[in-house]
Amino acid sequence: MDRIDQILNDFRQVNRDALIPVLQAVQDEFGYLSGESLEKIGAHLRLPASKIYGLATFYSQFTFAPRGKYHIRVCNGTACHIDRSTSILKELNKQLGIVDGEATRDGMFSLEVVACMGACGQSPVIAINEDYYPKVRSSAIRGLLDDIRTKHR
Amino acid sequence: MIKIEVNKKAVSVEKGQTILSALREHGIMVPTLCSMEELTPTGACRMCVVEVEGFDNLVPACSFKVQEWMKIKTHSARVLRARKANVELLLSNHPDDCLYCERSGNCELQKLAEDLNVRNRRIQGKRTSAKIDSSSLGIVRDPDKCILCGRCVRVCEEIVGISTIDFERRGDQLKIATAMSEPLQFSSCIDCGQCVVACPTGALIDHNQFQELDTSLDDPDMIVTVQYTPEVTVSLAEAFGFRPGTDMKGIINTALRRIGFDYIFETAFGGDVFIQEQAAELIARFRRKEKMPMITSRCPALVNYVEEFRPELISFLTPVRPPHQIMGKLINKWFATKKQVPSNRIQNVLITNCTAAKYEASRPEYASDNSPDVDYVLTTRELARLIRLNGININGLDPEPADGPFNAITSAGKLLANAGGEAEATTRTVFREISKKEMQDPRITKLRGNKYLRDAVIATPKGDLRVAVVHGLKHALKVMDEISTGKSEYDLIEIMVCREGCVNGGGQPIPANVNVIRARTKTIYDIDKSESLHCAHKNNAVAKMYEEFARAPASDQSRDLFMTRFAHRKVLK
Amino acid sequence: MTEEVHTGSIKKLIPEFIEKDPKEYSPELVELIERLTHLKILKPLIMVGLNTSGRIAGARRVFEAVTGYLKERDIDAEMAETGAIGLNSEEPVLSVQLPGRTRVLFINVAVDDVQVILDDVFHHTIPREKLLGQIRDENMDAWQDVPFLDELAFFSRQRRILLKQNGIIDPLSIDAYIAHGGYRTFLKTIRYHTLEEICVMMEESGLRGRSGSGFLTGKKWMVAQQTPAEQKYLVCNAEESDPGAFMDRALMEGNPHQLIEGICIAAYAIGATKAYIYIRSEYNDSIRKLSAAIQAARDYGILGHNIFFSGFNLSISIRKGPGAFVCGEETALIASMEGKRGMPQSKPPYPAERGFHKKPTIVNNVETLSNVPHIIANGPEWFRGIGTGDCTGTKIFSVSGRARTRGLIEIPMGTSLEVLVQEIIGGSQPGRTLKAVHIGGPYGGMLPASKLNIPVCYETFRRAGAVLGAGGILVLDEKTCVVDLVKYFMGFMKHQSCGKCIPCREGTKRMSELLDEITRKPLAEDQHDTLEKFRGLMQLEKLADVMRDTSLCGLGQLAANPLISALWHFREEFEEHIFDRHCKPNVCRELRTYYIDVELCTGCTVCAKRCPEDAIIGTERHPYFIVPDKCTGCGICKEVCKFSAVFYN
Repeated sequence: MDRIDQILNDFRQVNRDALIPVLQAVQDEFGYLSGESLEKIGAHLRLPASKIYGLATFYSQFTFAPRGKYHIRVCNGTACHIDRSTSILKELNKQLGIVDGEATRDGMFSLEVVACMGACGQSPVIAINEDYYPKVRSSAIRGLLDDIRTKHR
Repeated sequence: MIKIEVNKKAVSVEKGQTILSALREHGIMVPTLCSMEELTPTGACRMCVVEVEGFDNLVPACSFKVQEWMKIKTHSARVLRARKANVELLLSNHPDDCLYCERSGNCELQKLAEDLNVRNRRIQGKRTSAKIDSSSLGIVRDPDKCILCGRCVRVCEEIVGISTIDFERRGDQLKIATAMSEPLQFSSCIDCGQCVVACPTGALIDHNQFQELDTSLDDPDMIVTVQYTPEVTVSLAEAFGFRPGTDMKGIINTALRRIGFDYIFETAFGGDVFIQEQAAELIARFRRKEKMPMITSRCPALVNYVEEFRPELISFLTPVRPPHQIMGKLINKWFATKKQVPSNRIQNVLITNCTAAKYEASRPEYASDNSPDVDYVLTTRELARLIRLNGININGLDPEPADGPFNAITSAGKLLANAGGEAEATTRTVFREISKKEMQDPRITKLRGNKYLRDAVIATPKGDLRVAVVHGLKHALKVMDEISTGKSEYDLIEIMVCREGCVNGGGQPIPANVNVIRARTKTIYDIDKSESLHCAHKNNAVAKMYEEFARAPASDQSRDLFMTRFAHRKVLK
Repeated sequence: MTEEVHTGSIKKLIPEFIEKDPKEYSPELVELIERLTHLKILKPLIMVGLNTSGRIAGARRVFEAVTGYLKERDIDAEMAETGAIGLNSEEPVLSVQLPGRTRVLFINVAVDDVQVILDDVFHHTIPREKLLGQIRDENMDAWQDVPFLDELAFFSRQRRILLKQNGIIDPLSIDAYIAHGGYRTFLKTIRYHTLEEICVMMEESGLRGRSGSGFLTGKKWMVAQQTPAEQKYLVCNAEESDPGAFMDRALMEGNPHQLIEGICIAAYAIGATKAYIYIRSEYNDSIRKLSAAIQAARDYGILGHNIFFSGFNLSISIRKGPGAFVCGEETALIASMEGKRGMPQSKPPYPAERGFHKKPTIVNNVETLSNVPHIIANGPEWFRGIGTGDCTGTKIFSVSGRARTRGLIEIPMGTSLEVLVQEIIGGSQPGRTLKAVHIGGPYGGMLPASKLNIPVCYETFRRAGAVLGAGGILVLDEKTCVVDLVKYFMGFMKHQSCGKCIPCREGTKRMSELLDEITRKPLAEDQHDTLEKFRGLMQLEKLADVMRDTSLCGLGQLAANPLISALWHFREEFEEHIFDRHCKPNVCRELRTYYIDVELCTGCTVCAKRCPEDAIIGTERHPYFIVPDKCTGCGICKEVCKFSAVFYN
């Protein structure tokens, strides 16, 4: 846990303004926020853990469970919605056996529904880590996942 | 002063005031849900909306300031429609189990629905079925009944100062939760119960022990004793519609006897023992000038706080059992021997103001021979329910005395109900021990009043004794910082987690606003005035107990019996 | 890259640049400007739109293909990235400019197209496939038979002021921005204008907040300027969280310095020395470009202490918004900056008097601030000359959904919506019918195709039951279901509501539940159910009134808008869902009743095995049946049937 101390050291400014940037830095480093990290951040910024937890759960960026090796984001912006992003999500749910905000047990995949990704001209869009798949069809999902799985076998 | 127009009538109000307080001063009642005395208005519940000319939308009276010649309508059709719709929205997915709800008849949501004449369910909502959190021994949370007004959150932050709970998530998933959504028992909650008093609905209630108690009362082989703390007698009356501050002394004894308790004691006796033990400890530390200032540990919520948040202060706490636990020990050891019954046939019940005492009773330190010294802890609210359950008409009862051998008490033991009372009563005894004479006027008025931190300097032949009381934990945080850093100048500090001390405990009748609390406090001080004995050391029955059983305050025997210890506990805070 | 060669030079020439009239510029400066604005180039210039949506469409791979092409053939050419030209459905966009000739743009460029296009262009022919057009410039030789952009329907009716350089200049080059006349206005402002003058100019220009509020920007600035305080703040709201709105992102990715200059002038006008850009954390590319732009401006002394000896100090920092729609509301945004849950506060006090850290704070969005340099440079009269009486200037719209062309459109206020929808974006996709457009995102409203002839303006839109909002336009055709769309918006709102006040939190929840109900088949057929649903729907209209009347912030007040406007224009569709349990566009899957054709079914058991509800029964090798009560309409049986024996009605 020295890494978190290092991050906290970079934030000399000890006030509430720094809370969100600190949480962002910690999540960037560890991929998620744990109970211990909340406590350390709280001690550094002199804030109760409940307040930090309350804040972090308010915003969609923060997560409290580790993400999968492949983090799948499904855009549910308006344009993607009318282009049936729901069926893509359902297909992913079915194929992976997880819902929004969860990760597969083997830690390979995690799933997140996000607000508009900003590619409304290319709807519907999903992203697997930093690779984007524009105009994706739900029938293509199985193939995409299989490709990733074979790559890892 | 400026003029505003309310419901077509001109009224003058103070500048800078909120519309709500201006209306209240003129006797115009506007309903509120989220607003609470002394807490920041949030404008969240929208119950207090009024129509103001020139504004497109309705305006929340609680967070809007009055302006010269503002034209306000408080009960126009539009306003009433809006209020009603908002109540209906809250009710649309409410569990609707009023018949079974603890707060039925005393629920603000129920009252609003009644006042606004909600008669049918026009808006259907999907019910939720969240898990009831009954992990804590003091407090039970039922999220389904929560209307998310945030009063508990603000009390916990702004008065108690520990912020165990906060809003979690947002929108349709919004809820009140502890850090990482831990159950209350594993959170940093100190069980003070101030959130329970603040809750407008039945979302936060005491952890009941009714069922188990019933079985014991029915068991002919069991001797069930009951003790009650002094603040119970000055607040119970409210639960039956009497004026706040009415003293139910004596009548409580009658009621408890009718319910079926075998012996009835006043905790104030234990209070007198406690004061003498605490005084002896203080004198010893005062002489050695170590571990000063001494922090009183009678408040179980404070003990929880120190153990969880400030383990460095543990050595400053008085290592003496609180009065009711002294009583428990005395009943199990001394009283049992006197009555020649084995202590495992005795069940001790405590009736108190305090939700934290429910947890405290389960501490291993407060058990003898693997059995707790106090078996059941009921709050004042539960007592009222117990009285009703047994069909007792409290109006028609004649007062009766409590039972021996604990029936002699002094007003010192009773003062413990008020914030500052403990410091005052302890000082009386300490003064006598140090100067070998009584205080001229036992009343220490500087420890009374409305301030959060009150202190007094008492001159003694061995030097000045500096005593202080601070109540409402939030206000004590600074004092505790000073103690941690060795900067505190006091010798004795009484810290009460609840505002105004035990009279406003987490288990007291609801509502408990400033006026109600002041009335309770005043009654306790009135008792101090009218009682003939003001000092714990003058209690003959206590003296007799020491003689027969515990030798003397701070003797080896009494240490074995009445001392306790505290330890650091790790929680997510 | 040639950038480094120029860097020092333009920086040195800035004073001359500001002080002198362009006619009096030294030849050195003129040459530099010509080079930086690509008026005169010495070697071929190739640009790829590397904005986010371009990247998603594969622009990065196109960029690499171009680099590879040039390297393989050892061609000395300049390569640069650029922002979105605005044709988001036609990305990636590649542009090529040969010395002395106009720049030509290609759309929908795939990696395989790169070689074809570049081979041709370097041989001085323009391939027709993937060609968009050329940019008109009198100083260069135009290509024969290649249309000019301003002749294309998409561009000809637009008036591009903010988007003028988008997709044309390199957003990472401060030199290019300066050469195009950038930062001149700001540096002149801090030398020659008082704070009040700027506020007055802004007020006279009639610019109104582009995030939907429609409040006069100059008026708001004046309040902050005149509130005494030792510290004031300017906050650029780049939260842009309306799904379907992407104009702010395009402005930040395509021309970040334009925004920075707007922030500089605004901060000066209100007397703020600290400015923040509160930006969605997902906007990686915008954050990258803005950070680079701020750093460059600092290096040039345009930001920092005593800027160009004016005595004015300014620092700009970026705050990444951790994701909450409600933080687009200014008080919630401020709460978030202060490290709190982004919950709106009651107004008054307005942030202009008491905002961030209780100090006067102006919160303006990206588009609003991007307007500022143009207004101050050209004067308020010029700005008022664009648009109509109460609505001056231009407005950028982002079009998505079932439109023929999807992308960014900047038109003068007052232009008819019909022009935008029918002429500029070409209506619906080929073979489809335009049904309606939804304007203003999740708290906007919809207008049926027959009622589009209204001028673009805050008030006219409001009167028509729509909301201008940030300017997101969603085009709907006959294959989209209004009820489903409204359900989507309501689901979005209930999730994005901060949850603080009852009408918004509970109201959106209830509405969303009801819409869920009517897009689902009742488990048991009961006439009473139907009536209950209808009654609930009627109740919603009243509920919407109360939400508007009592909600704490705009989000709750407007949350019911999509529902109300949809009920207004498409009531029969709701009734069809409730009474006939039918969704004509076939979007609400759960309303479908599936059945198996007895003639076609072979009893292969595949559907029965795959049915998640165990709603299909039968005996092997005999026709199977779907139990209607159990069927949830998921359609898996239809997907898996090898004999096409499953149908629905």
